[in-house]
Amino acid sequence: MTTEKFDLDYAPALESTAVVNIAKQYGLFVNGEFVKARGDKTFATINPATEAHLANVAEASKADVNKAVKAARHAYETYWRDMPGKQRARYLYRIARQLQERAREFAVLETLDGGKPITESRDFDLPQAAAHFFYHAGWADKLDYAFPGRKVTSHGVVGQITPWNFPMMMAAWKLAPALATGNTVVFKPAETTPLTALLLAEVLQDVDLPPGVVNIVTGAGATGQALVDHPDVDKLAFTGSTGVGKMIQRAAAARRLPLTLELGGKAAHIVFDDAAIDQAVEGVVKGIFFNQGHVCCAGSRLLVQESIAEMFIEKLKRRVDLLRVGNPLDKNTDVGAINSAAQLGRIADLVKVGVSEGAEIYQPKCSLNKKGFWFAPTIFTGVQQSHRIAQEEIFGPVLSVQTFRTADEAVQKANNTPFGLSAGVWTEKGSKILWMADLLNAGVVWANTYNQFDPASPFGGYKESGFGREGGMQGLSAYVRTDTGGRS
Amino acid sequence: MNEHLPVDKTFKLFIGGAFPRSESGRTFAVRDAKGALLANASQASRKDLREAVRAARGAQESWAGRTAYNRGQILYRAAEMMEARRPEFVSVLRQIGVTPKAASKQVDQAIDRWVWYAGWADKTHHILGTVNPVAGPYFNFTFPEPTGVVGVMAPDEPALLGLVSRLAAVIVSGNTAVAVVEGPASLAAITLAEVLATSDLPGGVVNLLTGDKNELLPWMMGHLDINAVDLTGAPKDLDPTILEEAAVNVKRTVWGDSTAESPYAIADFLEMKTVWHPIGK
Repeated sequence: MTTEKFDLDYAPALESTAVVNIAKQYGLFVNGEFVKARGDKTFATINPATEAHLANVAEASKADVNKAVKAARHAYETYWRDMPGKQRARYLYRIARQLQERAREFAVLETLDGGKPITESRDFDLPQAAAHFFYHAGWADKLDYAFPGRKVTSHGVVGQITPWNFPMMMAAWKLAPALATGNTVVFKPAETTPLTALLLAEVLQDVDLPPGVVNIVTGAGATGQALVDHPDVDKLAFTGSTGVGKMIQRAAAARRLPLTLELGGKAAHIVFDDAAIDQAVEGVVKGIFFNQGHVCCAGSRLLVQESIAEMFIEKLKRRVDLLRVGNPLDKNTDVGAINSAAQLGRIADLVKVGVSEGAEIYQPKCSLNKKGFWFAPTIFTGVQQSHRIAQEEIFGPVLSVQTFRTADEAVQKANNTPFGLSAGVWTEKGSKILWMADLLNAGVVWANTYNQFDPASPFGGYKESGFGREGGMQGLSAYVRTDTGGRS
Repeated sequence: MNEHLPVDKTFKLFIGGAFPRSESGRTFAVRDAKGALLANASQASRKDLREAVRAARGAQESWAGRTAYNRGQILYRAAEMMEARRPEFVSVLRQIGVTPKAASKQVDQAIDRWVWYAGWADKTHHILGTVNPVAGPYFNFTFPEPTGVVGVMAPDEPALLGLVSRLAAVIVSGNTAVAVVEGPASLAAITLAEVLATSDLPGGVVNLLTGDKNELLPWMMGHLDINAVDLTGAPKDLDPTILEEAAVNVKRTVWGDSTAESPYAIADFLEMKTVWHPIGK
């Protein structure tokens, strides 16, 4: 046996960072211009894979948010509200094209600022972002057909807050439908990943979007709070944790402010004994390790039928052994860096809880860099329904495995969390898929696939995973004011 | 001397298909314009609300699991039963101060609401659901499902038409309802309950609590097993901070039109589910 002579590992295939040009300092994007925050306050954004400092970004205060809302209000009343849909569409089409043309630059920047593998930012986040603008551009002059029998108007100024897991894609999911329906926006990207939103601001300048139609205020929780509490915001949209979502719902409730929430999840990924096993293994891996598990709809609970559990878990472990954890800029990388030190801490804490509650932990042998934030892909077996790792969102590369005997038991276990964002089902039996799809309390059901998204396909949760949809015809209603649409 | 002393009806709550008194033993007097006593209606308590939610939750899955055709027929049956008891409804409305002409019209409209919404049972999917042309080899479709258990603050006016319009929109898709009715409207509501109890509607699909909205609303907003609250008939003097409690379980809150005849009134109590499946050989 002489195989040890050969090095069968992949040579690094690093994506060049020459395509991006990161400024030392970024301002807020208000009324079409980059401006300093009051008192010139800034915060640093770093590369989570290396902890290298990338840039200082302005931190918007209450007064800055106020300026942004005023700019949005002025733009709404001056340009945007009464602009014909055909014209609004033109701007959105322009943005879509610019994102396609500068896709590589955005993808590399996304990976540098957020830690996700370049293959994902390049092949998923950016194409999706561009597609969202293109799709919604087409709605801008066709809204009457989306709401038959109903009079449709825009809300006015929309406040939007997004998370750090898909920064550009989330920006597109939020901005595209809001603009298509005639609203102006004050947008707050997550504090750990502000750079692509600020590059988008350049694009908005380049396409001559009227000033104030989109304003971007960077900052952390206090900036978001200022936006949520601002009395001149007509509608709020938030994607993020259920905890923060509930705080926002509280803040909006007494004002009866229109609100949409896309919150956390604890999706069940159900594998029956009659599934195409190897495909299901791939699906389960993609379901939880895609984007380091920083996905609200991640398939974080594997429910595998008892009769195949042992074999399936063995195959799963063997597959996970082959995942390549490392430099997100390397095109061979499967699992990149954890987005922040804080998130790494949360993941590590919940994994400790999993061990102490008695679940059995499996992690492949992989060497993790000392610098940066890393967490090995993790599988817990012997998980009980009451375990915290079966109930709470970990938002990291951690899979909890449970078993079931009957389809009824699978449904019961799948639905037994306060969440209801997504679910996965693997079986080759069509009638069982449709039966499961009916009974699973989830806004999205992936059957014999997982983590698929499309601008034409509505996405959003049941129960504590939020309300309102993003994408598709159904997603438009989040951004329009409508009359009763009937008689009374 | 009156030879036939009328046998007055006792107005009780409607929970799980039965007519219990409030566990609290409380009642409130409903009087006509001249001050004569019409009834001592049951005043529901927090515990009655909890029982009603339990009944509604117990009934929800099987109600939603019935065919849309079947649910449509049951709503239509409610219209039939109301029509049969038309004079009684007119009389109740007149007792609580509605003019004869308006009472007659309101009963007609209420009957018509059941019929109108019954027809939507198997049609909301057509207008709200979609097949989505995604950019990949997947069959992708979106369809509406009921939200679950819905708390309803029933409109005070019009007493009968308001309640029927809201209830029909809520339950036609497979939701179950716990409605709170206040004041004189309670008499119309409990008379309606007698119709629902004989309309093939499974027990627990509609539960009616008469009492004080301001007393019961905070418990309704904070209840972890209520998925949505219809605030259309919320009290005018509502303390808006009560609404914050909706956040405990991310409740949907709806402010509608008290007499709406609109498929979008149904849509307010629906969730959209999207299903993906690959296409291949």
